[in-house]
Amino acid sequence: MSTTRDHPEYRLPDPNFHRVQLLDVDGGVRPDVDLPAIPDERLLAIYEDMRLARRFDERAVSLQRQGRISTYAPIRGHEAAQVASAHALADDDWCYPTYRDHAAKYVRGMDLATMLKAMAGHGDGYRIDEDVRVMPEFIPIATQIPQAVGAAWAARLRGRDEVTLCYFGDGATSEGDFHEGLNFAGVFDTPTVFFCINNQWAISVPRERQTAAATLAGKAHAYGFQGVQVDGTDPLAVYEVTRLAAEKARDPAAGERRPTLVEAVTYRQGAHSTADDPSTYRDGVPEKWRDRDPLDRYETFLRDAGLLDDERVAAIDARVTEEIDDAVDRAEAARDDPEAMFEHVYAEPTAELERQRAELRRLRERYGDAAFTEGW
Amino acid sequence: MSAPEFDTSQRTEPDPGSEPESTADLTLVEAVRDGLRTELARDDRVLVLGEDVGRAGGVFRATEGLQEAFGRDRVVDTPLAESGIVGAAIGLATHGLRPVAEIQFMGFVYPAFDQLVSHAARLRSRSRGRFTCSLAVRMPYGAGIAAPEHHSESAEALFAHQPGLKVVVPSTPADAKGLLASAIRDPDPVVVLEPKRLYRATRGAVPTGAHTVPIGEAELRRKGSDVSVFTYGAMTRPAAVAAEELAAEGIDCEVVDLRTVSPLDRERIVDSFEKTGRAVVVHEGPRSGGIGAEVTATLQEAALFSQEAPVARVTGYDVPVPLHRNEDFYLPAAVRIVDAVRETVRC
Repeated sequence: MSTTRDHPEYRLPDPNFHRVQLLDVDGGVRPDVDLPAIPDERLLAIYEDMRLARRFDERAVSLQRQGRISTYAPIRGHEAAQVASAHALADDDWCYPTYRDHAAKYVRGMDLATMLKAMAGHGDGYRIDEDVRVMPEFIPIATQIPQAVGAAWAARLRGRDEVTLCYFGDGATSEGDFHEGLNFAGVFDTPTVFFCINNQWAISVPRERQTAAATLAGKAHAYGFQGVQVDGTDPLAVYEVTRLAAEKARDPAAGERRPTLVEAVTYRQGAHSTADDPSTYRDGVPEKWRDRDPLDRYETFLRDAGLLDDERVAAIDARVTEEIDDAVDRAEAARDDPEAMFEHVYAEPTAELERQRAELRRLRERYGDAAFTEGW
Repeated sequence: MSAPEFDTSQRTEPDPGSEPESTADLTLVEAVRDGLRTELARDDRVLVLGEDVGRAGGVFRATEGLQEAFGRDRVVDTPLAESGIVGAAIGLATHGLRPVAEIQFMGFVYPAFDQLVSHAARLRSRSRGRFTCSLAVRMPYGAGIAAPEHHSESAEALFAHQPGLKVVVPSTPADAKGLLASAIRDPDPVVVLEPKRLYRATRGAVPTGAHTVPIGEAELRRKGSDVSVFTYGAMTRPAAVAAEELAAEGIDCEVVDLRTVSPLDRERIVDSFEKTGRAVVVHEGPRSGGIGAEVTATLQEAALFSQEAPVARVTGYDVPVPLHRNEDFYLPAAVRIVDAVRETVRC
């Protein structure tokens, strides 16, 4: 996933004064910007993955409505933040995702069918292949943050050139774990990129009621390292800011601390999850944010750059749709063994667990599996 | 204890007579809402705080309409921080208010665990009675609604093990309202576990107006002579189904709903066991170190010579709650209770 590039020097700006944006709202390059030299293949790969993220999201919401998967956390509006940041990592880097970061996990090598299996309630959906450097999704809020710091710390202690990127939302910045994690990162100077996707809502609580601080990025200052705010609907800006943060984590300048807190500002266009009804606490998506659809904006940029036309867009769409269809088929073919719940609780099962497993087996043999769903 | 800012002299009104004037047919979650509304109305020290409890009305709609009725200072959307919610609630309680904190799902309570067990539970003891903590912490618990990971926990044993905390688990709409009201009025911290699988699965007559159910009292749900089934919360339902099925084959179950798992109503538990001589304890939390072990030990201590058969436990297994494809195999389904009762009676 790493490529050799020649980048102009960007200074990470002070979050209190500037939000990094390379594209304007319509997808044109902003006049004051020297576009970083990002290879065409990378630019297109980001587009393809964002397109896949959008299609996957639409499909997952539909599967949930049909009762084929359980609660799902939509990502509409997060495509640029997730995909471009994940693309900015090197192959050996690690990623700590939340329950909403399906697209980032996909970019980092997770199989879509595996993710769908978890959504369909199969324990096997949490299986992660050996060569995939992604942790299982973190559902309790902010708990991954100190762990990501520990992982990055381990890289330093073991002399490895690995960066850990940790995703979380705006709500997570209220939890103690956020503050403890960032404090450790500063003190132990760990190669951690804290990637906050500020989508403005923690279920029903708006960003303004989450913190009285002007920016979330500014919280980094209290811990002695840099914070940067980036337009989370601008994939070029997200990519570049994340790449620079990862580069700094690996190789800081004299006197510079390795960690960075990136605040990617976007808007959660849909519900918090398919169990949530946003109409109880907000009146639709504000026009300002509807107009900043990350996919539309980026597509305009790529068309202007001569990298996309109708034909290529259609071909990409067909390919990602086919990939998603295949993943749905594979996920729906999954069958779980109920006894798998007793596996992986400990490295070696305890005698008591073996007894309980035998008890379940005896009951299933005696009464049949259908009996377990009766009586409600 | 009273702080200078707040007049904590008697503000509560006496309950109406023990005979309720009327009842309403409510689901369990509606009964919770009714209980909160009633307590907010009758005592202006009561306030509700938690994530999404205000504008959104709670993820299960338990607090729907309360912010409109009582305002943002009494029904408070907090930042996303469990330790913050419970810690702040302890401070509010210590200084004259009556907070009802909501933890969105029991699986998310652990950041607040330190506040609950290290502080709420022992504030009275640590200050030799100078400070108290009248705090109710509500949390939906349990599996069976096809929820994602960390949304299905039944960790009541962790809290029941903590001296200074009380833990209640209603199974009927009337008890949901009554136990919650008692928890809010209790001078000590009370953990209120709401069986989310029953939120909308159960309807029942709930007294309108002020209604309390005493903390620490079990309730006999079904009289029987052959075997005592001790259970609580969501598992009262498969236990009732199992009891009816067993009755058809001539086994008469007594079903005792514990309602409070700390402190246990040891007297009623022992009384029932002395009558039947046989016991099956049913809960969905993991088996080892669970409430079932405490009930069983109680029977050993107090009624060994009434015992006709080994006490059986039908519980969740000692594993993380599996994702939903397999949660029916984890939970004490009625078939498991039937099987255990048959084995117990056969002895």
